[in-house]
Amino acid sequence: MLLQQLVNGLTLGAVYTLIALSFSLVMGILGVLNLAIAELFMLGGYFGFAAIMAGLPLPVALLAGMSGAALVAVVIEKIGYQPFRDAPVVTPMLSTLGFSIILQNVATNVWGSDPLQLSDEVLAGRFTLGPVSVSAMQLTVLGATAVLVALLAFVVQRTSTGRALRAVAENRDVARLLGVSAGRVTLMAFMLSGALAGSAGVLIGLHYAAITPYIGVEIGLKAIAVMVVGGTTRIWGALIAGPLIGVAEVMTIAYGGSQIRDFVVYGFMIAILLLRPQGILGGTRSDQGQRV
Amino acid sequence: MSTYCAGLLADVGILLLGALSVYITLATGQLSLGNAGFMGIGAYLTSYLTVTVGIPLTPALVIAAVAAGIVGLIVGFPALRLKGIYLAMATLGFGEMVRSFFLNLDAMGGSGGFHGMHHISNDYIWSWAAAILLLVMILEHSQIWLEMRAVCHDDTAAGLVGLNTTTIKVGAFGFAAAVAAIAGGLFAHHHVYIEPGNFNFERSIDFVLAVILGGSTVGPGALVGALLLVLLPEYLRFLAEWRFAAFGTLLIAMLLVRRQGILDRSLFRAFALRRPA
Repeated sequence: MLLQQLVNGLTLGAVYTLIALSFSLVMGILGVLNLAIAELFMLGGYFGFAAIMAGLPLPVALLAGMSGAALVAVVIEKIGYQPFRDAPVVTPMLSTLGFSIILQNVATNVWGSDPLQLSDEVLAGRFTLGPVSVSAMQLTVLGATAVLVALLAFVVQRTSTGRALRAVAENRDVARLLGVSAGRVTLMAFMLSGALAGSAGVLIGLHYAAITPYIGVEIGLKAIAVMVVGGTTRIWGALIAGPLIGVAEVMTIAYGGSQIRDFVVYGFMIAILLLRPQGILGGTRSDQGQRV
Repeated sequence: MSTYCAGLLADVGILLLGALSVYITLATGQLSLGNAGFMGIGAYLTSYLTVTVGIPLTPALVIAAVAAGIVGLIVGFPALRLKGIYLAMATLGFGEMVRSFFLNLDAMGGSGGFHGMHHISNDYIWSWAAAILLLVMILEHSQIWLEMRAVCHDDTAAGLVGLNTTTIKVGAFGFAAAVAAIAGGLFAHHHVYIEPGNFNFERSIDFVLAVILGGSTVGPGALVGALLLVLLPEYLRFLAEWRFAAFGTLLIAMLLVRRQGILDRSLFRAFALRRPA
């Protein structure tokens, strides 16, 4: 029972990790809370669903969700972020909120407000390992998350684009003085973030075998909590915080009732903000980037 | 006046109070995304006092405002440690925790909601809204407001010139919480039914939107923002199911054209009667 819940929690946590990384890329590099990420996630789910319904294989569906969401993220960056990059933090937050209102409305009108269901034959099978039963779907979600995180790690740590991203995150002005194009880096951060959110959408669609236009708000808000717990300036903190929150949430549902899970998750987030604002992984306090 | 218009007008009054609560903390540079939490506390406490305890609405509102104000002070102290977007995220968490708390409070109906309140007139809602707006506008001409703005612009410098930044920031939180609680109490007695979902993140965001769209540097901005936020979706009804997309587009366009909001100080100066220099 306990092990089973652990596996369920890890699956949910994997999806949280991806969205938290998506929030954290934009937040850590630009100091902006992009509220439209919640809807990019939902949109990615729909694109993925459309691809699966059209009979395309899963990797293609994942790619469809990622590239669709990344394209929308580019539009958001051009209209919703660039004009406001010098404004107080609340302004870009509200302009991305505008996009999230639009995206949710469009999704409701295009796909309807009723949940879309995935037929059972996509990835049915279950594997039983001792007391634990893992569905093929859960394995896919976990595996895909691992691959995506590895890819992101490669891009951020090993490529010149990633170096530019980290340089701007460290100090935007100095990075620009050294010849890093801040505009290109911003666009890259939004695109990567969009692609991650889109992939999470496809995976959660697979996990629940259903998707609604309203899935973004609830899971998106919780992903903000995951980002905070992991540390907003250290994107890799999400790798620990995601599974942690996912497991905590599933355990709370299993042993404490489903109603108090939000209380636990957000209480945890506030405690981290107050006691360890650099996140569980962050270094010393002086390490925290000047963001405000 | 039709009941439809009356309903809209009541919504404007309640949103105005919520927006003012955000405006007050924003004047000290603290962005709160959790004021729906204070509103929920006010709504539930007022309803409990009028329905279960059986006292009249006005004293119930005052008690709820004081109680929420104390909660605001309690929240304000830890909030001192946080700034900007981090404070915004912490208050977001606070709002969601309050909502979750009422979801589990079976004594007040839990997820089933709570009812039994008596409906109130628009005049009553607007007397409260107008009184608080007036109070804020009077406050804007006081020394306290200058101190709040000093803290907003640079709290280190404000502290160096001898202002008590802690009192100002925490006090603003308490006052804002009290105003939000009044909005909640009026909301509960206007709709005569409340459920935890009424006080979610979207409600908090509505408050912030009203302030930013109306103009975040002047009190009447909250009034303009509240009017805009309630009436605009109604005027867009001819677009049927696309009206929220249109609203989102207008919101972005509005921010692009006039990010300081519809009203600001220079607008007020331009229209002010000429004064001796």
